[in-house]
Amino acid sequence: MVSAVSAAFEKAAAEQRAALIGYLPAGLPSVDGAIEAAIAIAEAGADIIEIGLPYSDPLMDGPVIQEAVHRALTGGTRVADVLETVRAVAGAGIPTLIMTYWNPVEQHGVGRFARELADAGGSGLITPDLTPEEAGPWLAAAASYDLDPVFLVAPSSSDERIGLITAACRGFVYAASLMGTTGARESVGSEAEGLVRRVRAHTSLPVAVGLGVRDGKQAAAVAAFADGVIVGSALVQRLLAADSPAGGLAGVRALASELASGVRAGR
Amino acid sequence: MTAGAPVPGGAVPGGAVPDAAGYFGSYGGRLAPEALMAALEELTAAYAEAKADPAFQAELSALLTGYAGRPTLLTEVPRFAAQAGGCRVFLKREDMAHTGSHKINNVLGQALLTKRLGKRRVIAETGAGQHGVATATAAALLGLDCVVYMGEEDTRRQALNVARMKMLGAEVVPVTTGSRTLKDAMNEAFRNWVSTVEYTHYCIGSVGGPHPFPMMVRDFQRIIGVEAREQIMRAAGRLPDAVVACVGGGSNAIGIFHSFIPDAGVALIGCEAGGDGRETGRNAATLTFGSAGVLHGMRTYILQDADGQTLQTHSISAGLDYPGVGPEHAWLRETGRASYRPISDSEAMHAFSVLCRTEGIIPAIESSHALAGALQLGRDLGPGGVLLVNLSGRGDKDVDIAGHWFGHLGNGSPAQSGPAQSGPSLTDSPLTGGGTAGAAW
Repeated sequence: MVSAVSAAFEKAAAEQRAALIGYLPAGLPSVDGAIEAAIAIAEAGADIIEIGLPYSDPLMDGPVIQEAVHRALTGGTRVADVLETVRAVAGAGIPTLIMTYWNPVEQHGVGRFARELADAGGSGLITPDLTPEEAGPWLAAAASYDLDPVFLVAPSSSDERIGLITAACRGFVYAASLMGTTGARESVGSEAEGLVRRVRAHTSLPVAVGLGVRDGKQAAAVAAFADGVIVGSALVQRLLAADSPAGGLAGVRALASELASGVRAGR
Repeated sequence: MTAGAPVPGGAVPGGAVPDAAGYFGSYGGRLAPEALMAALEELTAAYAEAKADPAFQAELSALLTGYAGRPTLLTEVPRFAAQAGGCRVFLKREDMAHTGSHKINNVLGQALLTKRLGKRRVIAETGAGQHGVATATAAALLGLDCVVYMGEEDTRRQALNVARMKMLGAEVVPVTTGSRTLKDAMNEAFRNWVSTVEYTHYCIGSVGGPHPFPMMVRDFQRIIGVEAREQIMRAAGRLPDAVVACVGGGSNAIGIFHSFIPDAGVALIGCEAGGDGRETGRNAATLTFGSAGVLHGMRTYILQDADGQTLQTHSISAGLDYPGVGPEHAWLRETGRASYRPISDSEAMHAFSVLCRTEGIIPAIESSHALAGALQLGRDLGPGGVLLVNLSGRGDKDVDIAGHWFGHLGNGSPAQSGPAQSGPSLTDSPLTGGGTAGAAW
């Protein structure tokens, strides 16, 4: 079966544009508040939502997402809350994945996690610290529950590794635009376009670019060469900076709208 | 005492593990971001070449003897042994190595490798500062740029080691994220490494992290056991009944254990930081109280909650205060070849005091956990037994903490404040004082 995420990429491609993917951690500013924010981002034009699973040691994340997950964990967010967040967002008809470091999945039980994710209506997992070589149990569970395993490629990835990684991905391939952690940047790395080109030599899956995109202009620039534009820290920053839940919602809605215009102006 | 325990089927002589994917049994591996895979593969290949290159080995050997002060002594400590059931006790004197601990063995190897990789910068994580000081030392010696990540809490508590690193030309970056201690320093070092990997080597300080670090750091620390085995055969005329070492990440322990793994009659005993005990949750005894999981690029034992979130740890000894452990230890425990026991803060400080007063040697508080284990084991063995204890470091860095513990400084409570020092942390100690959290290898 074609996953909701794959269908979203197909729809965007049919409209001659890149898809917009928004990231938010569960539990920020609260479990319900994050659900509202995710739905607001989708309503403003995002095609796909990534729900971050807050983790104590987020070693691929920059200061903004570190602060966000710290607040979410301090607020008591549990794995069960993340799955409920997925249920609510996916239940609103929005293609939804979880982005998570690996240990929480392993402790929950890989098979159990996959079953509960599928039951909640989630499409798959993005795993920033798990590569296909170490993903045997997860790939088996993903196949059993018809979930999308999404792995990352980096500018430093060899062609051999890109082949290995793209062969294990389903739904899309996550291309890290630069060598670094998450966080909005002045410009998106020039390495991104070359990486996308190298990935396309190995797969017909959509290629989405993440890390560093912060505004509509950058989204348009990335949309010119990628199938998807992933935005995390810039959205999260709007929630962190807001002095009220309503202010946070307005902030992410405005940015998502700008980004959605960006991906439509890219080609 | 398990001195007669057979080597289990899975335990093979040194060098045969890990497998090509970095696994010691089901522990180890490379659970790291894709962005680091190229560097980890490059490092694995470069290390394999260096290991087989006589020129590299000769250069390292020359530094270890001419600079670090190897071989380190083996000292028999009869007055200490009298407190340990009257058996014979020998100390492997890593405290006499340059910079004051075994850490120098590993950093000299990795610093030479950094040059071989054509990189000009090393980064390191540190808690108490011992690994940071050793890395800064090797960087100064070999002309490398050096940045050390250290939890903000630890930079304040270990201000003297921060000054040492700066004197040696290193930059010290206080880490203000998470719990602001060792594991967060390691997170921050990984973050920096991802963005600077082209010209930077991450000099991990213990037998942890993604493959090849646990294997490579073990190999650089093996010299401890290679020397000690020969020395004790000469001094005691036989193998010891047990080899005892403290375990945080576990590099000094794996270093002294490794040469004895094939000797089935030699018990290998790791002493973990029991802190205040299990009930309080204030400990860092990963193998005793933890469970299998993934942290910092490896599958190993970790202290975690049901959701897989890393727990806060506590130990009076900075260098043992880490929620994970090297994967080879998890494997040695699982196969039964080594066993691990928690030593409480108060037991460690008692052993610290015994060694000071009976032998005139001030040990590191980390190493005092091994000494406490030796006091227990010696009483079980009785006269006729032989114990080899790794004295992994000297206690100069701990004078402040120990001075307050024993009431020689201040008012009998630790000078340094922090989350762990809000009140006396011990109920079973006749001594005044409390613990100090944070810090590390």
